[in-house]
Amino acid sequence: MTHPCVVTLDRKSAPRVLFAGNRLIEVDLPAGTRVIYPKPPLEGLRDPDAAIRYAINHPYNREPLYALLRPGMKVVIAMDDISLPLPPMKRPDVRERVLTIVLQLLADHGVDDFEMIIATSVHRKMTGPEVRHIVGDKIFDAYWPKRLYNHDAEDRDNMAFVGETDLGERVVLNKKAVEADLVIYVNLNLVPMDGGHKSVAVGLCGYESLKAHHNPKVMRKCHSYMDPKTSELNTVVERMGKVTNKVLKVFTIETTVNNRMFDRALSFLHKNEDDWTGNERLAFKGVQFALDRTPAEARQKIFEKVPSPFELTGVFAGETEAAHAHTLKRCFEQYCVPVEGQADILVCGIPYVSPYNINAFLNPLLVQVMAQGYLFNMYRNQPLVKKGGTMIITHPCTDRFDHAQHAPYVEFVHRLLPETRDAMQLHKRFEAEFAQHPAYLQMYRRGNAYHPVHAFFMWYWGEAGRQHVGRVIVVGADNGYIPQVLGYETARSMHEALEMAKDGAPSSPQITCMHLPPIVMADMVMPRSHGAAT
Amino acid sequence: MAASYFDVDGTLVRTNLVHPTLFYLLNQATPARTLARLGGALLRAPRLALAELRDRRAFNEELYMLFRGMSEDRLHALADEAVDKVLRPAIYPGARDLIRRCKDLGHEVVICSGALDFLMVPLARELGADQVIANRLEFHDRVASGRMIPPVVAGPTKALLIREHARRGGHDLDASFAYSDSYSDVPMLSVVGHPSAVNPDAALERLAHAHRWPVVHLDRTP
Repeated sequence: MTHPCVVTLDRKSAPRVLFAGNRLIEVDLPAGTRVIYPKPPLEGLRDPDAAIRYAINHPYNREPLYALLRPGMKVVIAMDDISLPLPPMKRPDVRERVLTIVLQLLADHGVDDFEMIIATSVHRKMTGPEVRHIVGDKIFDAYWPKRLYNHDAEDRDNMAFVGETDLGERVVLNKKAVEADLVIYVNLNLVPMDGGHKSVAVGLCGYESLKAHHNPKVMRKCHSYMDPKTSELNTVVERMGKVTNKVLKVFTIETTVNNRMFDRALSFLHKNEDDWTGNERLAFKGVQFALDRTPAEARQKIFEKVPSPFELTGVFAGETEAAHAHTLKRCFEQYCVPVEGQADILVCGIPYVSPYNINAFLNPLLVQVMAQGYLFNMYRNQPLVKKGGTMIITHPCTDRFDHAQHAPYVEFVHRLLPETRDAMQLHKRFEAEFAQHPAYLQMYRRGNAYHPVHAFFMWYWGEAGRQHVGRVIVVGADNGYIPQVLGYETARSMHEALEMAKDGAPSSPQITCMHLPPIVMADMVMPRSHGAAT
Repeated sequence: MAASYFDVDGTLVRTNLVHPTLFYLLNQATPARTLARLGGALLRAPRLALAELRDRRAFNEELYMLFRGMSEDRLHALADEAVDKVLRPAIYPGARDLIRRCKDLGHEVVICSGALDFLMVPLARELGADQVIANRLEFHDRVASGRMIPPVVAGPTKALLIREHARRGGHDLDASFAYSDSYSDVPMLSVVGHPSAVNPDAALERLAHAHRWPVVHLDRTP
């Protein structure tokens, strides 16, 4: 019995609608193709504020937050940046709700020495309007930028050594957090790789700590990085997080949201195309017509302007690991769809947004991150596609970068990738040079650019996928150069891509289409007739 | 080994060549001389404006004529004070950090400016730079003639001087960095492997985007 979210196409099935960057395209997939749809959104909490209060008053493995507070103490409140959720959510953002309650609690207990740090690690610094969006007008107007600010991983005077793991991994974190009597972390857990020890030990660290886990060796051992139990990345982060929590007193507040990514106008994107009503088909045609006739830049802006109606589905507070276990459970409950047997060919539409291009264009390096990184890793147990199988993606792969956010990416794509795509080589030969690049570092520190090493991390993010997938074929690329640099083949149509993919595949290849966004994860179950999968 | 070459005015400090010049004009030995100097400068203003429109070198030549008749001793004696009062307060918040990071890479840090050497040497010391390429005034009997000793550090000549400096110092230009705020410094930026636009004017910013050079704003606090 297959899950209702797994649909097998027949000859009468309607074309499937996939994202190709900031456009929607219809593709005909052969009969027998399996399409995996996201689960319906979990019901949102009826009274989010009450749920937040309950969670911080009834935490897991920790005293309630009020019992940890005393007048005169130093508190740091750290929070996730705008890379979560995707796309940014409608106001009030979950962080605004949590912060409002926490700040009131601090005031009630005479705690006035507090600072709020956006835990950007080596992500770009958020702009004022972006911060306003996540914390709300009242908090922003009262505290930005003196007591509410972005973490700066390159502010050497404001980073402090915390300790070292048994394996010699050095934990160096934001000094304000290290010196605080209490660190309260406000998380928004979109996918299972978020949260837990990653919040403080990664969000408030710098390159010295990041290189312990953001490297090709660790990333190759992630199977997958969306499944913390089998993610080497998570293993290392946990080790460093335990060292962190021995020195810092951390009170974690984690939140989960459902997958209601699109408002009513686009809600048909959640559904099986065969089940669309006449109105939904009309709505799709209208949206597609409008997008096709809108210039690329304006299309991107349209999508950026529409926040998502995510709803809060859980609040879990307390000791980091104890709270996170509940968060993960809720995440998997929303995303995991049981799928039996791996595919020979995996088809994915690449959307316009990733965690690293909020208010910017999805550049070629991020297309790679989405394909061989995030989408490939959306599984538990075994990859959705067989070892050596083919991934077909739909995206224009335009050679375009946001200069203010992604300047180092340009050099990475145009200077380094033509030399080698080997992550180990890139790591050994070029990473240190970028890590110290004076101009890129100033762009990170004083502008809104990603740290120069982030480009490397983005390549490593696709490493497990690159090691596993035999070929990537891109449909609809507007140039040949970028796919070539990324190591992809190109096809003019889905039909051509499928014909290319069949070359070298079994005679009747199993074709699977992952229909996202919204987010869906394959919970892989191997068919009984099969042996151990690779 | 690589080097990092820095333009100064508008790049590392928010002042331009006129500010320290005005400091000197205002700090003459007597009020009467100050008035005379300021009057001379006002008369020369239209020519300065025209020269600025023509090219940077012509502007420098016109501007430094204002120093004609000043003694070498006085120019040097006032240099530290000019740096203290005019240049140091105008150093951009990120300038020291940028230079420190260049030095961390083992780069020789070189100031390459159309300003005058007796001002750039103490400023370089203040910023932690190693060497100075700057304009030098000509002196006769220890009195400034108002002319510059060639080569005049401006525009394309900066590029030639950087090439020469790199050759002498054994610096690999492909591995070297250069930083400037002005479109007039495109030649200087183009001779190194790693050019960067810093607080750029509109024309340089357009060029930097076209060539995908880093664009840095040192005037912003982190």
